[in-house]
Amino acid sequence: MISAAPESFLERLPLLAGDLIARVVPAPLLWFVTSLIAIVAILAIFGLLFAFLTLAERKILGRIQNRPGPNRTGYFGLLQPFADGIKMLIKEDIVPRDADQVLHYLAPVVLVSLALMTFAVLPFGRHLVPVELDTAVLYFFAAGAATELAVFMAGWASHNKYSLLAAMRALAQLISYELPLLLSVVPVVMLAGTLSTTGIVAAQGGWKFGFIPHWYVFTPWGFAGFLIFFTAALAESNRSPFDLPEAESELIAGHLTEYSGFKYALFFMAEYFGMTALCGMGVTLFLGGWQAPCAFLEVIPSYLWFFAKLLTLLVLFMWIRGTLPRLRIDQLTRFAWKFLVPLALINLGTVAFWHLTVGWGGALQLARWALALVFVIVPFVLIGRRLSAGVAPRTYRYAP
Amino acid sequence: MLGSGIIQGLAVTAKNFVGSFHDPARYTTQEYPEVLPTLPENYRNFPFLVTENATDPMGTMRCVACQICEKECPPQCIYIEKSKDKKPDANGKMQLYPAVFDIDTSVCMSCQICVEVCPFDAIKMDQVFAIAATDRFTGLLLDRAQLAKPNSYYHTIHPTEATEVDARLAEEKRIAEEKAKAAAAAKAAAPAKALPGDLSRDAGRATDPGLAKASNRVPGQTPAGQQAGTVPSPSNAAGAPAGPAPKPTSPTMKPPGAGGPAASGS
Repeated sequence: MISAAPESFLERLPLLAGDLIARVVPAPLLWFVTSLIAIVAILAIFGLLFAFLTLAERKILGRIQNRPGPNRTGYFGLLQPFADGIKMLIKEDIVPRDADQVLHYLAPVVLVSLALMTFAVLPFGRHLVPVELDTAVLYFFAAGAATELAVFMAGWASHNKYSLLAAMRALAQLISYELPLLLSVVPVVMLAGTLSTTGIVAAQGGWKFGFIPHWYVFTPWGFAGFLIFFTAALAESNRSPFDLPEAESELIAGHLTEYSGFKYALFFMAEYFGMTALCGMGVTLFLGGWQAPCAFLEVIPSYLWFFAKLLTLLVLFMWIRGTLPRLRIDQLTRFAWKFLVPLALINLGTVAFWHLTVGWGGALQLARWALALVFVIVPFVLIGRRLSAGVAPRTYRYAP
Repeated sequence: MLGSGIIQGLAVTAKNFVGSFHDPARYTTQEYPEVLPTLPENYRNFPFLVTENATDPMGTMRCVACQICEKECPPQCIYIEKSKDKKPDANGKMQLYPAVFDIDTSVCMSCQICVEVCPFDAIKMDQVFAIAATDRFTGLLLDRAQLAKPNSYYHTIHPTEATEVDARLAEEKRIAEEKAKAAAAAKAAAPAKALPGDLSRDAGRATDPGLAKASNRVPGQTPAGQQAGTVPSPSNAAGAPAGPAPKPTSPTMKPPGAGGPAASGS
């Protein structure tokens, strides 16, 4: 479905750079040099993105609370992330005496490296995929799930009962939400017929009537799947309202209690990397990856489209953080097991129906849409009603 | 339906986000070092000493080193040493003055009790918003020269209160002068009675008619009604020019036999 129009120079820029490298570097070393360049590029781009995301987050949260946010360091506070970085670097690194020194040191490193590894399979542009894997989706979620190990490492190595308990709670949350996250991805894999991220993006190419893109989010099951994925991604990346593992105001940062200085910053970095990677995966799976929304907008290079969508999702994350209060742990797990998992399972049935009725045309096409919408909306309403039965709306008898 | 509350909440925060850019009423913060806050008139933090004259602050200090504020201060942050000599005050009366007057602002709790007990309207509350010192020992210990600020400054920070205080002082001065005139006339009429007057002048400062103000308001066990006169309140602004009549006297503090009728008459 990729358009046959000649690609612009900017679009072909990664290809040209690859050619240039191939000409300069001897062939036996080529794989090494190209992967090294990809790693450095990912580190540089997403490192910078992390820096400015922290600033953007503080700015957006500030505006949501009718205050300006950081605006003292440089113009509009643009140097704030670097000031924060310097501050974190020169802070004293305190390790508890009884802590497991090796694990305590390794936990943030493992966390960041695993979070970074997930970037390898994201198709950032038409010709911009660091690693083309046939099982990219599997790899992505395997690497993402391994971060849970690092979280528990941090809690265990701190030699602090509260850290350990918090790490267990974090594990409970992460494992609970791993399930809906994966179940919401399965329909995409079913319909695209591939586990390769480039294949999934290619399957979403083209436009219906020339302006409605074939992104999965614009189908009933895709919309439901995207919402489930998004909610689960919020929980997986420890973002508000699911930021219980840290819960700064209640838990003194949970499993991060015994971390200070740059190790603490590394945990933050891993959180933002994980968030960015999950958003990138969401873009790839449901929002058409690097595909432009309209045919005439294809003049804008594909990687810019990818980053535009990525930033939109990230801003949505921040918007939600500025809006919703933190859940309780029982609410959190109940929401996962009683709401998201059943909905994701039903969504599997919906996508099976959608897959089987591909051939329906004309009036049957309308019936297909209507049926699929019913399959999505009715369970949502019914399960949602059961979930909030006896809970909402809450009446405050002693508060005005 | 489940999720409608989330959407409503998102709408509220989105409104705030957009509103903070174009609606100044929403935007509640001030850019502090550039935009200084407008303090309310009754804002107070640390005391300062009122002087009559800006050009000669040490010479025209109202404080007579009576040490009442030092004794009353709950955290005991005031330290006063009386002078050995006397200087004329605003009414021309010879008075002691504080040779040393220190306030430790790191101890001061801004309670304003020193202001309320001061019979001479000599100590008032300041409005210093940015209080910072590089040295917490000497930087926060304010001495006499740092504490002395002119009456005109008092007018700029607490206009209502300062006008009221000025009116009261002027009224007291007028009454004192009238009494002095009356006393002088009486003295002229009956020269034989001049002698006891001269003796009592040496006996205590309150005998002098010019000091009627002081003896009138010598506190110690200051009644609540008198304190109310010094705390700022809108009703006082109107009531003050009528005269210091509502202030009850405290005869117990007066030197025995010193101008009793004159003091109670005012």
